[in-house]
Amino acid sequence: MRRKIPLTIAFVFGIVMIIQFFIPHPVSRDFYQTMLDWRIIVIAFTYILAVSSLIRIHINKVRRKKTGWGFSYVTLISLTVTAVVGVIGGCFQPTQITTWLIEHFNWQIEQRTVLMVIFTYIQIPMGATMFSLLAFFIASAAFRAFKARNLTAIILLLTAFVVMLGRVPIGELITKRLPEVLQLQNIVEWILNYPNMAAQRGILMGVGLGMMATALKIILGIERGYLGGGD
Amino acid sequence: MKERKGLIIGSVILLIIFIGMLIKGEPSKSILVWIAALLTLFIYSFLYRDNIFYKFAEHLFVGVSVGYGISVYWQNAFIRKVFDPLFITKTYIVDGQFHLWPLLAIVIPTLMGLLMLSIFTKKQAWLIRIPIAFVVGMSAGISVPSTFQAYIFEHTKNTLYITLSISSFIMIVGVITTLVYFFFSKEHKGLLGKTANIGIWFIMIAFGASFGYTVMARISLLIGRMNFLLYDWLGVIK
Amino acid sequence: MGFWEKVMRLDRRWVFFLIALAVLIPFLKPLRLPISVTKPVKDIFDEVEKVPPEGPPLLIGTDYAPSTAPELDPMLYALLRHCFATKRRVMLVALYPQGAGMAQAGLDNVLPEFPEVKSGMDYVFLGYQPGIGSVILQMGEEIRRVFPTDAYGVSLDSLPMMEYIHNYDDIAFMMDLSGSSVPMLWVMYAGARYEQRIGVGTTAVSAAQYYPFLNTGQFKGMLGGLKGAAEYEKLIKKKGYTEARKVATIGMDAQSIAHLVILFLIIIGNIAFFASKSHRKKTKLTSG
Repeated sequence: MRRKIPLTIAFVFGIVMIIQFFIPHPVSRDFYQTMLDWRIIVIAFTYILAVSSLIRIHINKVRRKKTGWGFSYVTLISLTVTAVVGVIGGCFQPTQITTWLIEHFNWQIEQRTVLMVIFTYIQIPMGATMFSLLAFFIASAAFRAFKARNLTAIILLLTAFVVMLGRVPIGELITKRLPEVLQLQNIVEWILNYPNMAAQRGILMGVGLGMMATALKIILGIERGYLGGGD
Repeated sequence: MKERKGLIIGSVILLIIFIGMLIKGEPSKSILVWIAALLTLFIYSFLYRDNIFYKFAEHLFVGVSVGYGISVYWQNAFIRKVFDPLFITKTYIVDGQFHLWPLLAIVIPTLMGLLMLSIFTKKQAWLIRIPIAFVVGMSAGISVPSTFQAYIFEHTKNTLYITLSISSFIMIVGVITTLVYFFFSKEHKGLLGKTANIGIWFIMIAFGASFGYTVMARISLLIGRMNFLLYDWLGVIK
Repeated sequence: MGFWEKVMRLDRRWVFFLIALAVLIPFLKPLRLPISVTKPVKDIFDEVEKVPPEGPPLLIGTDYAPSTAPELDPMLYALLRHCFATKRRVMLVALYPQGAGMAQAGLDNVLPEFPEVKSGMDYVFLGYQPGIGSVILQMGEEIRRVFPTDAYGVSLDSLPMMEYIHNYDDIAFMMDLSGSSVPMLWVMYAGARYEQRIGVGTTAVSAAQYYPFLNTGQFKGMLGGLKGAAEYEKLIKKKGYTEARKVATIGMDAQSIAHLVILFLIIIGNIAFFASKSHRKKTKLTSG
């Protein structure tokens, strides 16, 4: 029962949504819209699981005094403060509390809400900076690991060279005086529009077939990984 | 010893450059910009070595991100789709008349969503499979016809638009040989093997292009942060 | 240890330092290299130009997080400036929670340049809803079902701009800004099912894989990476739509120099590899 009910639900809704695609009748469309609404509401609850999992990990870390447990306080406190500020003070539209605080303390902020101040000056800079570290690591990796050991590596390397030079203004400047067909930016456009596009299309079609196969396996109950372990 | 010497010399040079920029530029008067810049530098300190400043910034980032997510989910999803229709706008009451189905259309998915919380119990944890099966089954059903149309049909159609040009020929050969390469049900020997080998060349060209673009993307991220530090924070550039 | 072996064992922090200099110096001493406009970017510009002023809106999907902001923010700002300067209406939607913040931050950044532009009249910010595919599909039926209010809590029915806008039939063009695979979902659902015209602004990482969609016309055009944003900035500046600081264009000098440095590092790395390999072979032969 514990596996049969969910498998039946997946089968019924999967088949119904496939069939619905081909039926433009108003009843079918009404049902389709209602199901989409339901899906949106159900998915909203998944975030609760993600948050609770994170909180549990950090509380455990603090309780058992694992390495770096002090930093878990930073996570928990910043999480709580940001959530309280956002829920009580408003996300994109200030609540009455925020409006009163701004007027009372004469806060000069450009953003509408305190949550957006936190987002603009803490989350955006840190998120962008975290990923910008990759610029350094990719340069280091390219220096150490990108070796032309065989024919396929040479093809990859040469294409990367041409694209990296041709997609920046300096590459266009270098070959400016050459005939159009030999100009780097035109060579790059040709590579991207033909051989690259052909391989990407082949990969894409393979991915599409895989997606359809997996979807059908889920609907037919062959693929049951989403049910988790146990009975 | 050598490393410590290098660190001291490097820090002094950076400090001199920083003071020079402060004097020459027009640093921001906003404390918030200074906080953002400080957190940026905390994260960049990881490039030298993992340290407490980086760890602090990393944990702060995780906390703020999740807190922001809670706020947005609460305001945009729960309040707009569940709380308001149920208790404020009462979409199930039309022209003073009560309608059962619009009420159920909010209550049923809400109850299904609440079943997700059964994961926190020991005996009833299996109930989480119900909302998951609903979402997964629906997603699978919705995706089948759309995937066929968008990924298979359109691209097959366009591949078969043959023109009398070398480029068109290269395109068709590339698509077919790439697909052959990913056909693993038969061993890549003989004609199949040779075709798959040609497919590998096309795939290498695609990966080379992707690598070139990836380098471009990563450098762009660094450029964005450099622009923030030099323009918004230190005011050294226009 | 030979010279090339020392090069192979170079501390990576020197490579980091070199990259930092390669990006820093062009900011301090700009080269002002000319930028040429490519067809995918011109196509996006032309599509936005086709959107009738004060008519059906341009729908912009801000489906990205702060991690890709340096590439996608300049695209968002350029699109908003293009539309607001030419009285084209804009509708913003986010399929990621952080995307909603990015959209609001973009509006906070651009709106001060256009004090006459008003929410509900010239633009509508719908905010975020979970479910990605469901949201895209539901917008094809009735936008109000998935977004009963805008992000500020105002009912869509009370917004003048939304009077005749119900679904994709009432949207002139859709532009998705994303660093992930969300644009493909827009193609799968909005494009395939509802025949919505779609363009994409994406990070350079994903740009190469969208060329098949450009070829089929499923994407009408593409802004790829910081270069794509710089090209779009050039186009709107040329038309006189804005005098704002061109963030992406300023970064292209640094992009050029950094690419040259990385290519140099790859070449040096390969020379070092083959030189030390042959040195090891020679040593083995003479000792053996």
